[in-house]
Amino acid sequence: MNWSYTIWIPLLPLLSFVINGLFYGRMPKKMSGWLGTSALGISTLLSWVTAWKYFFNTPHQGPYEDITAWHTTWMHLTDRFTIDLGIYLDPISIMMLIVVTTVSFLVHLYSIGYMATEEGRNRYFAWLGLFSFSMLGLVLAPNLIQTYMFWELVGVSSFLLIGYYYDKPSAVKAALKAFIVTRFADGFFLIGILLYSYYSGSFLFEDINNIPAILESNGSLPVFMGLSALTWGLLLIFIGGAGKSAMFPLHIWLPDAMEGPTPVSALIHAATMVVAGVYLVARLFPAFHASDHGFALQIVAIVGTFSSLFAAIIAMTQMDIKRVLAFSTMSQIGYMMTGLGVSGIGEEGLGYTASMFHLFTHAAFKALLFLGAGALIHAVHSNSLKDMGSLRKYMPISHITFLIACLAISGIPPFAGFFSKDLILEAAFEKNKLIYAVGWITAGLTAFYMFRIYFMAFWGEDKVYAHKPHDPGITMTLPLIVLAIASALAGWLPFNEWVTSNHETLHTHFNIGSAAASVAIGLVGIIIAYILYKNPSMTPQKMSNRLGVVYQTVKNKFYVDEFYEGVTQQVILKRIATPIAWFDRHIVDGTMNLIGNTTVRISSIIKGIQSGDFQVYAFGILIAVIGLLVWLNYFIQ
Amino acid sequence: MDSGIQISDILIVTAIMFFIGVYGFVTRKNLIAVMMALELIINAAAINFIMINKLVFKTNLHGVFFGLFIIAVAAVEVAIGLVIILNLYRLRDSIDPEEITTLKH
Repeated sequence: MNWSYTIWIPLLPLLSFVINGLFYGRMPKKMSGWLGTSALGISTLLSWVTAWKYFFNTPHQGPYEDITAWHTTWMHLTDRFTIDLGIYLDPISIMMLIVVTTVSFLVHLYSIGYMATEEGRNRYFAWLGLFSFSMLGLVLAPNLIQTYMFWELVGVSSFLLIGYYYDKPSAVKAALKAFIVTRFADGFFLIGILLYSYYSGSFLFEDINNIPAILESNGSLPVFMGLSALTWGLLLIFIGGAGKSAMFPLHIWLPDAMEGPTPVSALIHAATMVVAGVYLVARLFPAFHASDHGFALQIVAIVGTFSSLFAAIIAMTQMDIKRVLAFSTMSQIGYMMTGLGVSGIGEEGLGYTASMFHLFTHAAFKALLFLGAGALIHAVHSNSLKDMGSLRKYMPISHITFLIACLAISGIPPFAGFFSKDLILEAAFEKNKLIYAVGWITAGLTAFYMFRIYFMAFWGEDKVYAHKPHDPGITMTLPLIVLAIASALAGWLPFNEWVTSNHETLHTHFNIGSAAASVAIGLVGIIIAYILYKNPSMTPQKMSNRLGVVYQTVKNKFYVDEFYEGVTQQVILKRIATPIAWFDRHIVDGTMNLIGNTTVRISSIIKGIQSGDFQVYAFGILIAVIGLLVWLNYFIQ
Repeated sequence: MDSGIQISDILIVTAIMFFIGVYGFVTRKNLIAVMMALELIINAAAINFIMINKLVFKTNLHGVFFGLFIIAVAAVEVAIGLVIILNLYRLRDSIDPEEITTLKH
């Protein structure tokens, strides 16, 4: 079967980027948006066709095959070291194709309405195209080098889009913060790639994931602190993934990234780019699982679990609707990491399937939440929950879709989040009771903070609005409706047949006890939110006052930002950078200045000799000749 | 030529001439005077050639011919030197050697 047409899936957004970028100022008013949307529309169509062909229309026995649809050697450096570009199709890359193109298409469509009054619209759509291209290149990569290239490209496009309002200092700061934090993590990622590939002898995922073959060809691998070089490589790669996926303690950039336009938050910081870390771990899952009996995988599970709880606690106290959603994203990505971390391979690969399933459903309902929040912000011109209330009366479509998304993320059946989250918790329950308990509590917290913002925005006190809020136009409501349908129904997809750790059908059975437990805690969260926020009251205020220091600590995000600030200011800048700067200025520059100044001083002394006055020269010659004669006569035998 | 003139007498005279020339070359503040001092140096050398030929190597004329060459070369040199001085004067309104220092650049 011919798959080579898939190259157009990433190339069409690139085309949109190039055209919008080059003809930036010379375009008719609405053209850039429709151009980007139609390019993404075709890509989306192609992705769905690919998925359909791959899962239903390819005759196969046993596992799904990995297909290299297109392949070229980009740089031939040495015989052993070449950099290849290609397109690699397997269940998870096709799933990501669907997620990325669909969400990107809907966000493009939504942005036409959302950005209608912006001056820099063409620039915005150009960068959106660049991001879509980079993200597709990332998910389709057949080797680590291509992954890394596109990994950096999505980082750059994320930076550009967060800093879209470049005349707003906080946006510029947030963009820089996102870029620097993820770059910091990517440094480890690159070291990890090089370390790992040095021992595996290849960048291709097929070779990298084949740990027994690597061990066989290497004999014995170097061991450092009880872990083999491969495990160290994987841990470093995971640091890169954790940076991109906003795992603790590299999460600080994600809440600030909300300074970008809301559709960008929906696309990049909810549905696609931030799950790249999860995707990376899933991509390298056999290696993670096999190396040192899955030590690296345990780290993934611990980091994921901790991040999910940590972020959920913070999310309960934030007043900015987008920041709540940002912490919620971090929490849900923590779930996905947990799912991968507790998973085995083959028949034990429930966590893997659950994690990918959750990635898929999360993309739908989190994009919907962000786009819904965008509609609210668009209507009331403020991010703060304090400025919202009783919006259900004015914005029925936004209200219903937002409610569906809230139910989905809270894990209420039959909405999508219930199925995927329940699978993750089930997988965790079989592996580690503590992880399960934390995940279970987090599920309750999730339901609470989601319904907190739901009740605060759509119910509660009726505010006085300067302009009467109303539902946005069709380009903005259509994506909401599509995503709401997806959030409601995606849970019924038979993911266990499609996306599994060994590409074979995984037999799952519905565990009623676990499901009941997670629904129960979700309902408890919702009921508490209902009591506290349904009607305007002073109870939440009183409760937070009673909690005092604890509340303040959580509201200030456990002072992690302040900690980083302190470390960079007090330790790095003061103790390291300042002495180095002093050394540079005084010792390095000083040496150079000394050489220069000495030369100048000597030349100013001896330049009198070169007076240009021939009589002085003649006198010099005379003295020299006389001196020479005296020397020859009296001192030489 | 037994006039009693010794070779040392000649050498003393030419040495004095030579050093007067050197002194003038180094100290004069007028290029024409410098040229004149140069003539003294050259002629001191020429006299040495001729007189040593006359007094020591009586059977040949090498020194005399060399003296003639020196006179010819000195004449050419003076001609060129004066042309240079003349042009310099036109350009600079001065023939003070202390002001002619631009060739160092």
